[in-house]
Amino acid sequence: MAQRSGVSILQRFEALPIIIVFVLLLLLFMYRAPEVFLAPYIYTTFLSTLPPLILLAAGLTFVIGAGEIDLSFPSIIAFSGFVFAVLFKEYDLGWIAVVAGLASGILVGFLNGIIIAKIGIPSFMTTLGTQFFWAGMATVLSGGKSYALRGVEESSVWQWIVGRPFASASTPWLQELSIQGLWTAIIVGFLWLILTRHRFGEHAMFIGDSNDVSRVVGIDVDREKIKIFTLMGFLAACAAIILTLENKNFFGNQGQGYLLTAIASVLIGGTSIFGGQATIIGTVFGCFIIGMVEAGLVASGLTGAWVRTVQGLIFLVSIIFYMYADEPQRRQALFANLRSLGRLGGVRATEEGGVRR
Amino acid sequence: MTPAAGEFESIVRLEGVQKYFGAVHALRDIDLSIGRNEIVGLIGDNGAGKSTLIKLMTGVLAPTSGRIFIREREIQPGEYSVRMAHDLSIETVYQDKSLAEKQPLWRNFFVGRQITNRFGFIDIKREKEVAQKILIDTIGFRGVGITVDSTVGNLSGGERQGIAIGRAMHYNADLIVLDEPTAALGVAEVRKVVEFVRRIKQSGRACIYIEHNLAHVHEVADRLVVLDRGRVVSEINPKDMTVPELTEYLIALQHNA
Repeated sequence: MAQRSGVSILQRFEALPIIIVFVLLLLLFMYRAPEVFLAPYIYTTFLSTLPPLILLAAGLTFVIGAGEIDLSFPSIIAFSGFVFAVLFKEYDLGWIAVVAGLASGILVGFLNGIIIAKIGIPSFMTTLGTQFFWAGMATVLSGGKSYALRGVEESSVWQWIVGRPFASASTPWLQELSIQGLWTAIIVGFLWLILTRHRFGEHAMFIGDSNDVSRVVGIDVDREKIKIFTLMGFLAACAAIILTLENKNFFGNQGQGYLLTAIASVLIGGTSIFGGQATIIGTVFGCFIIGMVEAGLVASGLTGAWVRTVQGLIFLVSIIFYMYADEPQRRQALFANLRSLGRLGGVRATEEGGVRR
Repeated sequence: MTPAAGEFESIVRLEGVQKYFGAVHALRDIDLSIGRNEIVGLIGDNGAGKSTLIKLMTGVLAPTSGRIFIREREIQPGEYSVRMAHDLSIETVYQDKSLAEKQPLWRNFFVGRQITNRFGFIDIKREKEVAQKILIDTIGFRGVGITVDSTVGNLSGGERQGIAIGRAMHYNADLIVLDEPTAALGVAEVRKVVEFVRRIKQSGRACIYIEHNLAHVHEVADRLVVLDRGRVVSEINPKDMTVPELTEYLIALQHNA
């Protein structure tokens, strides 16, 4: 009966396993590359480079938790980034460019949601298609050009969104502190509240659990799915604007590197690949791990080629771990399979032995 | 009983209801009334029209013709829906799609009708308190190692039916429709479900109980309604017939066709 009385330690502390893994990795890197990981600069760099990944992964936490997937966000980064960059640079529209960039992401996400919920095409197929469509649109409209935003750091847009508020401080690492870390923390904190305490977050989890049950208990499944994809579009647009401003440059494939890292961060964090279970805190630590592994491996003297290999390995190990930890029926099935495989293997080995003899 | 409750005799009444699916005449001339505190067992072979009948009563399907009365008030065919049925205190418990597996019980109790502030944020503390009360008082789960934080996936089939029935009772359903609640359950689990059905009766509510297993339904029902090829062919008082007699009767029905 003990395991039924509900709350295991895994459930009581949201994302506990991944936080432990994070701390262990951090200690490992501090040991392997103390000159990097015991100095403040790597952390101030994270604050400026990780926000786009964290925003994308936070949105994907809702999408994957609801049992869906979005592959189109790299293109939303391209398209919204383009809308923002062209209005900002060519038309000098300042904050209006920011609003337009966000609106374009919301629109693309909303259209994804309509196709998925109302027309009924699986999200994998839908967003694979829209991924190509919007990336193509961005390239066609920009003519394949990149937009260098020279002098952008003078604008209030840059200062407010990705500025360095302590640039005139005397401590060097304080000068490097970037403000997008703060905005990201606020947005992610709000999304955590939504996921754990708001009706919308609960509906997303029930939809991920079962569309049928959700309908029976009175959830408007179609409408909630549209909202989820619209939220994803909005967050991808936020990421696009931060990325463009931080790089002071827009280029068409600036979102491509995020496809796998964002999905990996979500799954490493403990959100279920089968839907119905999701954690924003886990996702954030998943992002930290992905970002840290990249920096840490390079700092430890390994080549960049190792980064992807190790990220892929962490990704797989964590998924297997969560399957083991969170889904008793799958765990049992897995063990049963392993046992029968073992038996088969054993039988075959003895048979072969017999033949040889 | 409140005076308002005394104003009607039947919770649901069908008059001359027909249902066609294309050319298939699924339900013919159904006249049926469900009393206020009555457990009605709906029995009949596969394809007899049991499911179609409850779908008409719970707003999932609209009849082709005929009249539906809820608490003696006629319902316009076009406006009846599942949501309206909920508003009229009619709840349906489906055999396997009433609860979400990976979610804790307290969320399952309130999903779709959460206790929220005006921004839609859930009052978790209050929901858990109420869920705890439902668990202990309404469903009677004591000392079985189930708390409001347990996930549905950890519950047995019978316990799940109990949770779903308890939820319906909590929302003051006047009529609870059970769609084969004992399908695929073990003997001990079936006992639990039968016990939950008795609680429905004790609490002054009505229940429609669709069941394949005649013994289960014979045990708790006040009245058995036999459907055969879309018609109500007889209404039986379980006291007048033993289970073997009932079985004989149903088999004879098939052969007389």
